[in-house]
Amino acid sequence: MLHEQELKTFVEGTTNFFEVAAQQPASIGSPYLMEGSPAVHEYTGVINISGKREGVVYFTASKAMLTVLLMKMQENDFSHETMRDLVGEVANTISGNARRDFGRDFVISVPSVLSGEKPQIPQKPGLRSFIIPINWRSHSAKLIVSLT
Amino acid sequence: MRDSNGPAMNGNGKRSFKLMIVDDSNIMRRRIERSQHFEDLQLVGTAGNGLEALELFRKTDPDVVTMDLTMPRMDGIECIGQLVALKPAVRILVISALADKATAVEAMERGANGFLNKPFTDRQLNEAIADLMR
Repeated sequence: MLHEQELKTFVEGTTNFFEVAAQQPASIGSPYLMEGSPAVHEYTGVINISGKREGVVYFTASKAMLTVLLMKMQENDFSHETMRDLVGEVANTISGNARRDFGRDFVISVPSVLSGEKPQIPQKPGLRSFIIPINWRSHSAKLIVSLT
Repeated sequence: MRDSNGPAMNGNGKRSFKLMIVDDSNIMRRRIERSQHFEDLQLVGTAGNGLEALELFRKTDPDVVTMDLTMPRMDGIECIGQLVALKPAVRILVISALADKATAVEAMERGANGFLNKPFTDRQLNEAIADLMR
């Protein structure tokens, strides 16, 4: 079962992503236990987790936030495909970085992306889902961590 | 042991390196291309997975490769082994989000020469490439 202490790994990974990739720190709120189906933004990057832990990591953000993030990354393609690419890459980076603490048996999938649809949270015994709120510039996003 | 099938010399008598970028993200491929500042490094192509990388490698014979690890169809660890078998002198910089030491060790054992974690700054990227080209 995912322990609140383990959420620190994802909070630190999210903090590091915005500091380094966006060159502007984000304000990361306190994680809270998710109940019911989460509200999501226009784009959601999905990483499936297998190995010694099972579950899913989602990063969901608005088109407006992703556009500014792309600008900060000196990208000049703001197409739908690029938004999908970015949201998947953010989810992949934060999940991959978590292996620093979880180890190599924390196996991450290649990203898949939802454009507006709500994610299906897997139903597994012992799985708990937490939402980590992210505020960056005037935008908000969420990291959702659902792990056994 | 690697052979001496290394980079060519350009007209000024300096070494000239051919670069291939492998990553399943278009954004990351463009980012690496845009951020590297080496005049003696010429991009010969980009690939989105290990299988595409092998095909491009055979066509373009690069000297330097940046390699993502988590990719569809063929992952970076498998691809590194195959590239090194084709050209033992190739220099491979792994650029990956996977931050555990065991993965870095495995990549180096397969034949990678350097490891850079995502996310990275332009400076970190250029330092890692400079180390690779020494």
